[in-house]
Amino acid sequence: MTDLSAARWLFGSSLAFHILFAAVGVAMPLMMVLAEWRWRRTGAAQYLELAHRWAKGTALLFAVGAVSGTVISFELGLLWPRFMAFAGPIIGMPFSQEGFAFFAEAIFLGIYLYGWERVSPRLHLASGALVAISGALSAFFITLANAWMNHPAGFAVVLGQATGVDPVAAMFPPGWQHEVLHVLLSSYAAAGFAVAGVHAFFLRRDAGSAFHRAALAIALSVGGVAALLQPLSGDLSARQIAVTQPLKLAALEGHFVTGRGVPLHLGGLPDADAAVTRWSIDLPRGLSLLAFHDPGAEVKGLLDFPRDRWPDPLKVHLAFQAMVALGSAMAAVALIGLALAWRRRRVPTERWFLTAMAVSGPFGFLALEAGWLVTEWGRQPFTIWGVMRTADAVTPVGNLTVPLWGFGAVYVFLAAMVVTLLWRQMIPTAPAPAPGGEP
Amino acid sequence: MSAGDALGVAMVLALVAYVLFAGADFGGGIWDLLASGPRRAEQRELVERAIGPIWEANHVWLILVVVVLFTGFPVAFAAVSTTLFEPLTLLMFGIVLRGAAFTFRAYDRPEGPVRRRWGLIFSISSVVAPLLLGAVVGALASGRLRVGPDGMPAAGSGGWLTPFSVATGLFAAALFAFLAAVYLAVEASGALREDFRRRAIGAGVAVFAGALASAVLSWHQAPLVFAGLTGRAWSLPLHLATAAAAITAFAGLWRRRFRMARVAAAAQATLIVAGWAVSVYPYLVIPDVTIASAGAPPQTQRLLLGALGLGAVTLVPSLWLLFRVFKGGPARAE
Repeated sequence: MTDLSAARWLFGSSLAFHILFAAVGVAMPLMMVLAEWRWRRTGAAQYLELAHRWAKGTALLFAVGAVSGTVISFELGLLWPRFMAFAGPIIGMPFSQEGFAFFAEAIFLGIYLYGWERVSPRLHLASGALVAISGALSAFFITLANAWMNHPAGFAVVLGQATGVDPVAAMFPPGWQHEVLHVLLSSYAAAGFAVAGVHAFFLRRDAGSAFHRAALAIALSVGGVAALLQPLSGDLSARQIAVTQPLKLAALEGHFVTGRGVPLHLGGLPDADAAVTRWSIDLPRGLSLLAFHDPGAEVKGLLDFPRDRWPDPLKVHLAFQAMVALGSAMAAVALIGLALAWRRRRVPTERWFLTAMAVSGPFGFLALEAGWLVTEWGRQPFTIWGVMRTADAVTPVGNLTVPLWGFGAVYVFLAAMVVTLLWRQMIPTAPAPAPGGEP
Repeated sequence: MSAGDALGVAMVLALVAYVLFAGADFGGGIWDLLASGPRRAEQRELVERAIGPIWEANHVWLILVVVVLFTGFPVAFAAVSTTLFEPLTLLMFGIVLRGAAFTFRAYDRPEGPVRRRWGLIFSISSVVAPLLLGAVVGALASGRLRVGPDGMPAAGSGGWLTPFSVATGLFAAALFAFLAAVYLAVEASGALREDFRRRAIGAGVAVFAGALASAVLSWHQAPLVFAGLTGRAWSLPLHLATAAAAITAFAGLWRRRFRMARVAAAAQATLIVAGWAVSVYPYLVIPDVTIASAGAPPQTQRLLLGALGLGAVTLVPSLWLLFRVFKGGPARAE
């Protein structure tokens, strides 16, 4: 294994690991604080129990997210020092703001978790809300940095050096709104679906449990609304990259030959050497319609770009198809769930729906990983699109396979422990009908 | 003062906060490992209670330092990351395992063997991390790490592990343990308080030994630091102030004036970090990287200063609230 691929594997696995906890850190505090709010409004004991359980889960996942995020902040330099030496002054601003958002998250989570008996109810609820807000702000700022890598702005390159650096322009590169929106919605959808899936699974065994009904109601509201909005956000993103990153669009659609009224490939395997996507189901004019909302629009194909700038269309296309398929399934489940809830005026407990909900529980996190792979693989071979190649960013320090295996082992161990401990948090499933505190 | 110098001051302030708060959390882990005597379990419980609500917030200071470094001094970040790849990678393992094990212990089964296993990972990584942090700081000052103008290692760059960096590692671990013991003595009561009083006095002696060893070794192995520590106009007043703080901390511990000892110990640690910072100034990595040579464009540095000021406006009251809620004194804890 070359040092470049070891560095990419290490950084990729660190991010793939961290991104799950980061998404939880965005969405879980919202659900936790909604549960507490419901308890303070209604006095129903199951909401208090829920707030406690979800707070414990949040604490566990947040801690792992905090330390794995620290690893990434160091790995930026350890693995990609040339990238950071170039990009640090240009995109450091959102990182510094993220630092303060992370501070707020950690401070108010501490107050929330350990302060049930120490602070006033109002301050406690406000602390939870601040955790939810600062979690979303963290994701907002970090995604800005990624948006800049996809569409660098705010500097000029003269003789390999960045000049005319404008950190404010760099902080808000073209299309930042779409990427930020997509990432935030994906966090709420992923965590909401995962939590809803777990509680749907337990409701299948015990449909009368007030605890699991309350949990499903909140998780389905958060995850379902986000999953319904996500296809709209995806449409905005697709039209954005059709203009600003046409090569990435061509790769993720497996689209090789520039043309007007081009079809959309559903499934299929792009073959870069033969410049053709095989075994796909083609929707006539579909890609033109989706990318430009015009069935006759011209869409640039991969062949319009030099081959040494192509990402691997096979990987990017497959990841993109996976994301879209999972997202569509989630939107369908969300639509049915929210429609049922609307009609019945209560949380849906039909067995077939609970089964669908439980099965689609992991879809959000899978879609999140797939979507992240789309944007990262789709930007290759560049780390800063058009400016710096990933191969030129890597550290000259050798033997990177050693930390790769070391961190790989640690991540596997942590993941196994987190799953075990979360599972144990959920069992016993039905909390004793607590006498319940007064709100 | 240039924008670069101002950012340097901001970084030192963040480092001081990291030492005073997160350093003490690591120190708590050290006392978990060294827990002994009839109140071994109570000592560990106090450590767990003391750092539980605050360690994650305290940990963010390190991230802030890293972010200021790569935004404000990108070449220095590249230089540090490449020349100190090994200790920083090991430090990451320490930081991950410390935080994860501490949290897992709180949420795993409450049986003794399970807790002890997590406790062991937590406490060993709490010892390893400060050793590495101190060694990193020592190596940066040693003059052995050589880089080119792009921050990449240059020919003839030496290793990070030297007697001097070992001494600074031990110095950092002793300082963190000392801070933790003093803070814990304030939060404890009765016999438990006496346990931490004795530990604080012992760790204070270790801090003195670590400082002495580092200073003596710096004469040969980090001559620029030695010159900074001895040859400048402010050297003597600084050492006198540090000594005064140390003596006050000792006196406070001796006469059981624990709150006074806490203030003095924090002042002592602050003066140690400040003394180190001014003795290496204007270098970030001796001898090739300075605040001026590594600096980001001035517009970035000015914006970053503004962002730090703005962030502080929300951060300081939030932190004040956090510590008021959880460190308001032992009376509130019961």
